[in-house]
Amino acid sequence: MIRRDIVIIGGGPAGLAAAVAAYDAGSRDILVIERDDRLGGILNQCIHNGFGLHTFKEELTGPEYADRFISQLTDRGIEYKLDTIVTDVSDTRCVTYMNGSEGVVTIEAGAVILAMGCRERPRGALGIPGFRPAGVYTAGTAQRLVNIEGKCIGKRVVILGSGDIGLIMARRMTLEGAKVLCVAELMPYSGGLQRNITQCLDDFGIPLLLSHTVSRIYGKERVTGIDISEVDENRNVIPGTEIHYDCDTLLLSCGLLPENELTRQAGISIDRVTGGPDVRDDLETSAEGIFACGNVLHVHDLVDYVSQEASRAGQMASEFVSGRKRDHLSYLKVETSGGIRYSVPQYISPKEMEDSITVRFRVDKVYRDRKLCVYLGTTKLREQRKNIVKPGEMEQVVLLKKDLGSASGTDTIRICLED
Amino acid sequence: MPDYDVVIIGAGVTGCAVAMELARYDLKTCVIDKDEDVCSGTSKANSGIVHAGHDALPGTLKARLNVRGSAMIRELSDRLDFPFRENGSMVVATDDDDASRHGLEELLERGIRNGVEDLRIITGDEARAYEPNLSEDIKLALLVPHGGIVCPFLMTVAFAENAASNGTEFRFLTSVTGITRNAEGYLLSTGAGDISTRAVVNCAGVYADIFHNMICPDRPIHITPRRGEYVLLDHDAGDITGHTIFRLPTAKGKGVLVTPTVHGNILVGPNAEDLEDKEDTSTTLDGMNYIRSKALESVPNIPYSKTITSFSGLRATEDGKDFIVGESADGFFDAAGIDSPGLSSAPAIGEMLAELIADKFGASPRQDHISTRKGFVKPMELSSEERAGLIREDPAYGRIVCRCENVTEGEIRDAIRRTPGARSLDGIKRRVRQGMGRCQAGFCTPRTISILAEELGIPEEDICKNIPGSEILCSKEDRSDDQA
Amino acid sequence: MEEYNLTCIRCPMGCALRVSVAGDEVTVTGNTCPRGADYGRQEVTAPVRTVTSTVPVTGGQIPVVSVKTAGDVPKDSIFDVMRDIRSASVTAPVKIGDVIVRNAGGTGTDVIATKAVGIKD
Repeated sequence: MIRRDIVIIGGGPAGLAAAVAAYDAGSRDILVIERDDRLGGILNQCIHNGFGLHTFKEELTGPEYADRFISQLTDRGIEYKLDTIVTDVSDTRCVTYMNGSEGVVTIEAGAVILAMGCRERPRGALGIPGFRPAGVYTAGTAQRLVNIEGKCIGKRVVILGSGDIGLIMARRMTLEGAKVLCVAELMPYSGGLQRNITQCLDDFGIPLLLSHTVSRIYGKERVTGIDISEVDENRNVIPGTEIHYDCDTLLLSCGLLPENELTRQAGISIDRVTGGPDVRDDLETSAEGIFACGNVLHVHDLVDYVSQEASRAGQMASEFVSGRKRDHLSYLKVETSGGIRYSVPQYISPKEMEDSITVRFRVDKVYRDRKLCVYLGTTKLREQRKNIVKPGEMEQVVLLKKDLGSASGTDTIRICLED
Repeated sequence: MPDYDVVIIGAGVTGCAVAMELARYDLKTCVIDKDEDVCSGTSKANSGIVHAGHDALPGTLKARLNVRGSAMIRELSDRLDFPFRENGSMVVATDDDDASRHGLEELLERGIRNGVEDLRIITGDEARAYEPNLSEDIKLALLVPHGGIVCPFLMTVAFAENAASNGTEFRFLTSVTGITRNAEGYLLSTGAGDISTRAVVNCAGVYADIFHNMICPDRPIHITPRRGEYVLLDHDAGDITGHTIFRLPTAKGKGVLVTPTVHGNILVGPNAEDLEDKEDTSTTLDGMNYIRSKALESVPNIPYSKTITSFSGLRATEDGKDFIVGESADGFFDAAGIDSPGLSSAPAIGEMLAELIADKFGASPRQDHISTRKGFVKPMELSSEERAGLIREDPAYGRIVCRCENVTEGEIRDAIRRTPGARSLDGIKRRVRQGMGRCQAGFCTPRTISILAEELGIPEEDICKNIPGSEILCSKEDRSDDQA
Repeated sequence: MEEYNLTCIRCPMGCALRVSVAGDEVTVTGNTCPRGADYGRQEVTAPVRTVTSTVPVTGGQIPVVSVKTAGDVPKDSIFDVMRDIRSASVTAPVKIGDVIVRNAGGTGTDVIATKAVGIKD
């Protein structure tokens, strides 16, 4: 069997940053496996600007941001395969891939980095009643058709869901000459960044209807219209509130789901809330030597954070391959409560961790004027004022090794919001 | 000379079964359909159950053709290479009272009279020993070991391909607007020109009453489209039940079924709603809420968060409640009122009509009849060595297009190149399951459109989801006028 | 004096800005970096945006190349810039930074490629 030190599954922003960091940490035998016909992943279709302010201190478009990392990869001579799909990963780090030129190949990897990204929640999962005509797209599919394939997908558009891709596509379709009638959002708040509401909707006078959903789709062959209804506090449609819109296109931007089929096959423990694997502070999953980063781990709001996280995964994988062993009994569970839905990482070792660790999390609704508190056991380590926290934006808190040093094996770290 | 000996109206499972059986004889046959592909109406949206035959009233055509048809499907699934599984079914009752016991015993009795084997009534605990996720409320059940499940699309496609390999023609996007008798048989007016034929077989599903009544106005029939809504769950919900779970109909209602599919999904449904509109395959909030809550009465932990799609189909229910199969006028044959158990009965309906037609015309058996058909190669189900060999022969089998169902470019091209081949995204989906998985074609749509356009030699803008009018893309030219 | 509540769009942080205008005097609060103050001042006096889109490529490995305005353009001229972008086309190969449209929409700002496109084999 072929042996490689580090195999990275996915050549999007996470996989690229992980590969570069693993190289810079001393690894040389690295292979990146990408299923598409080019590196860069979803960035290739995110032609809008706003990427890279943290990483490169300038405002780049998605393709430019990807290009920076691709250049770093090729400058280092890191090997990658395109048009290649990984069909199996085992918990003993055997990676099987398939492509048209090599057929089926299995590699025994010293370490594996999962960087498969995420996918969109489709219409079926939303249970929208009505017909099933052409003209219903997830926002990301629409984005690919318009921005990569150069296609036109519709002229009168309604968007369900105010996720960032939906907002970005509202502007994109408008610039391409389509009429975007409205964006409906089931929740009483937007799932996207405020800046995107401003520059993608407000700039073009596109209304955002909060606490609304699509209650029916019309049109047997192609969408001819939809009804939008108000929903109550339990997100159920309020009968009689429907407004009809004549349109030929419905875009769905209703959430992203980490794509963890391979992770599940490998028997790796999955966090029910994030939909991604449970990881420790070194981004290692429940399978030894298998690391995860980027949107396959949890859905990020900014690609800069993906790159940061992935760099750590690359570095940690490189250290693992070089023989660094961790004390598996020293991990403390990170618990979340009081409106905080999850944390990544889920486990931290005060003994093994670096001097500080950034814990990322999301909240379950909009909160104003709260205190973000961190406890070790019953001791409060940290208290931080938060004017506003929103589900659409990822939050973070930095924990210091010196604060956690006193932990005993039965302690938990708890992160919560308090009044 | 008429154009054909036999024209079959409707390329659903019944029409294709008739075509497959007729192809045993030396007759010139054509199947026509208003849609772009086989299996586009009732046949595509149903429970996919091969009923053992305990439900139909003894002595009816339904009872006879169901039992015969389900036996044929077992044998055909090998010969024509489509997926069938004898997963067994149960009819469950939540009360241990006289009415439930009586109800199950009546089904048992019917089953025995219809010739169904190995039926028995079991307790709730015995049922839960088979299916641990069944509700604690279930007190009694009829165990039906020989119930089965099939993929309705692949079975219909298999019948159609076998018929085509024996010379049957298929004409799609051909809508029949009128049928008149003439000296040699019948003249069909269609949107794509006139077609003359010695005999007509009416397999038009919910439209069968319209064609029957054109020819037999003195003995009209009436078909009600009875809509049934379904929700389909992802593979990872697939272990919730192995058996098909039916509810014993009670005074409170019929109950809905919970069943695995041959592809490992879980299907929940249907409700039953009589409509006027023969095209209304929309789903409703009330309908989906109803089937979801009803199914929980039999299987309480159905993980609806794993729902990947919902859909509805129209059953062609005739007022007389039984199938109408036979020669209704000289040379005009009906397969009408084919509602449940129509899928299970289809090959038997085909066999019965083919014999009647061959007898009528004194047709001789086809000399070079091909009795087999090869299914689609599923590279991901092969061993690594076999898959590697396949990819060496055709690298397209190494390129996965649909990542949820692991469908390769090779399979998609094969689906398009066969006869009758896929002409739309839905046609590809029905054959090789591209886009049928959890992302519902989010990733693979752009790639599939370009493969289809390339194979058919048409612009990508002309690629449809199904029939014309369902184009996925629109042309840039018509848009530049209404620019802001 | 006029007051505006704005969301800064200079970066994905999306700071909530409060901008007061009194004659020529513009005061920005709520920003967490100097870019926010610039944005607030600009937005109430002469708002600008970066425009991104695509342009068809002849003979390229992919059918369209992504493009952006090389700098910010007045918000009012977004559709003028788009009109020029939509009538443009380019022949492969294209490099990142290649000028695709000069002086787009009469703004004085060029439209440049943000993706490299090789020649189709």
